[in-house]
Amino acid sequence: MKRVLSIVALTAAVFAVQSASAQTLKQVKDRGILNCGSNTGLAGFGLPDAQGKWTGLDVDTCRAVAAAVLGDASKVKFVPLSAKDRFTALQSGEVDMLARNTTWTSSRDTQLGLNFAGVNYYDGQGFMVRKALKVNSALELNEASVCVQQGTTTELNLADYFRANNMKLKTVTFASSDEAIKAYDSGRCDAFTTDASGLYAERLRLANSADHIVLPEIISKEPLGPAVRHGDDQWFDVVKWTYFAMLNAEELGITSKNVDEMLKSNSPDIKRLLGAEGNFGEQLGLSKDWAYKIVKLVGNYGEVFDRNVGAGSPLKIDRGLNKLWTKGGLQYAPPVR
Amino acid sequence: MSIELKAGSPPASVPFYNDPKVRSIVYQVALCLIVAGLVYGAASNAVENLQRARIASGFGFWDNIAGFDISQTLISYSNTSTYGRAFWVGLLNTLLVAGLGIIFATILGFIVGIARLSKNWLVNKAATAYVEIIRNLPLLLQLLFWYNAVLKALPDLRESVKIPGGIFLNNRGLFLPAPVTQAGFGFVEIVFFLGIVGSIVFHIWARKRQEKTGQQAPVFLTSLGLIIGLPLIVYLIAGMPLSFNFPQAGRFNIAGGLEVVPEFAALLFGLSIYTAAFIAEVVRAGILAVSHGQTEAAYSLGMKPGPTLRLIVVPQAMRVIIPPLTSQYLNLTKNSSLAVAIGYPDLVQVFTGTVLNQTGQAVEVVAITMAVYLTISLTTSFLMNIYNSRMKLVER
Repeated sequence: MKRVLSIVALTAAVFAVQSASAQTLKQVKDRGILNCGSNTGLAGFGLPDAQGKWTGLDVDTCRAVAAAVLGDASKVKFVPLSAKDRFTALQSGEVDMLARNTTWTSSRDTQLGLNFAGVNYYDGQGFMVRKALKVNSALELNEASVCVQQGTTTELNLADYFRANNMKLKTVTFASSDEAIKAYDSGRCDAFTTDASGLYAERLRLANSADHIVLPEIISKEPLGPAVRHGDDQWFDVVKWTYFAMLNAEELGITSKNVDEMLKSNSPDIKRLLGAEGNFGEQLGLSKDWAYKIVKLVGNYGEVFDRNVGAGSPLKIDRGLNKLWTKGGLQYAPPVR
Repeated sequence: MSIELKAGSPPASVPFYNDPKVRSIVYQVALCLIVAGLVYGAASNAVENLQRARIASGFGFWDNIAGFDISQTLISYSNTSTYGRAFWVGLLNTLLVAGLGIIFATILGFIVGIARLSKNWLVNKAATAYVEIIRNLPLLLQLLFWYNAVLKALPDLRESVKIPGGIFLNNRGLFLPAPVTQAGFGFVEIVFFLGIVGSIVFHIWARKRQEKTGQQAPVFLTSLGLIIGLPLIVYLIAGMPLSFNFPQAGRFNIAGGLEVVPEFAALLFGLSIYTAAFIAEVVRAGILAVSHGQTEAAYSLGMKPGPTLRLIVVPQAMRVIIPPLTSQYLNLTKNSSLAVAIGYPDLVQVFTGTVLNQTGQAVEVVAITMAVYLTISLTTSFLMNIYNSRMKLVER
């Protein structure tokens, strides 16, 4: 019996963990397509439309990596992953990178063998309740039941918050956000909790979105960002600098519309970023014009934010913490030099 | 190659490499070595990969604080409990739903199975429709249907159905008064167990006496008196040491009392109804396997259809029914893992869902879960085999 079990466990281990050597960049180039772990469907971050075309902030992060590596933003295969399956999929090599509003935490960075390539959205966890409940603060939620998605930091923060404030809680946990929000909508729970951005996105899908309010409390820090496996520094650099290129482009005023004119710019910063000067692309293992392709094909961070979650989208989320550092926000990229 | 045989020599001496015994040993040893090599290769590969990716391994996580909540717990659990505790909560929830599911599915399955053989057209057709519809729809679909049907059909919290006796029913579940034992209740429990033992002893004595003398004893009434009457008297003498914790409507939820969550109800409904359809077919096949001559013989002795079925047909059919019934029980237990789709915190949802995700230790968690399901299945199978060997035709 014991022997049978160890065999079973070991076979599982072998299939679960594929070699994670420093080969991802080469593999992606050879394959000609980027496998990107995405959300199963969250408006503004990763959602396929009726034609199967994916849109969203995280989706554009994947497209930017494809643009930098393969020179074609459409060469991405999106693999929808639930919160509880996402890490195993990345660890086992099923996807090359993960871009599905995943919170950067210490245990994920160390114990789970992940590397976070940056924070593409600074978020925090909030609560949504029915207006009819007449609740104005999350601190009034003592003994409330809360619907939550399984396998998220949300689940842990929720328990912590109620414990810290001496409140009792009834959690109802669902495998996917979809099921959790449905259960909330049908009255199973008093409140629904997830990252604030997710609350606004999910509220749009409720039967009567006007009947629900998002409470003012933000109970946690949720730095969301793309992640890669441990042990492949080259690939880690590629994903990290793809994201930094988008931020630097916004800071330097380069957009998808003016990028061709910007090639003629005299600014050394712009020249270095767009590959007119130096060999920064080659140092990453990419082509000279990697950042040019990112901005040309996908856009800078500001454009991407605006069309997916910001003023140009149905979500209309304020940029808040996600403004550039030059405008009082937290988004800051190291320079290309 | 040819082997020369000398005439008259004792059984032809075969070279050792052609000796079937030696060969079979050599083949088995070789196979064992290959398997061992594969296992070793796989194990070292896995360990190396895990280390290279710097993914934590080992069972150290077991005693760490879990930090999440679980909606239904049979043992005390809070978000400061350990992952190990969460494992037991999940396991007990699985066993609860599987155990109750097996009981309900068996009762319903036998009723429907026998109803399918009824001569009453309506009963017969209703049973057939039940079996054909339930058996041919995927269980997951049925679970989602039950969950949504159960939830949607029930009134909102603020319009709870109030049933006299402190019972509430709403879309958060069914709330019942919870019994709270006080000092002295232990006597009642002791007498209750003594009553059970006593009635078993009385049952055996009565059967022996009937075999010897043919006289029947009032087994049912005596047992009733021993198991219910006696503890009741003790309960009254001890001063009724039992109170109830009544559920009360709070601002959000109903607090206190016993709570049956809709996730549990939906899973239990779905599993019982689905498995009952298969059990019904097993029962029907078992009954049809009993020769019609047995029934005719019983009728010719003047027995009525009821006792004939109960005393002659079903006991013989059981021999055919038990083995496939066992596999239905195993299916039900394993299918309970679909709980994950409707948010019931069973072992798979709690352990391979949340715990795996929070610790990231896929290999260990999956291995433990597989071991648990294997143990449950082997135990069920073992118990059913014992039962089967007792029910087998004893040839005299």
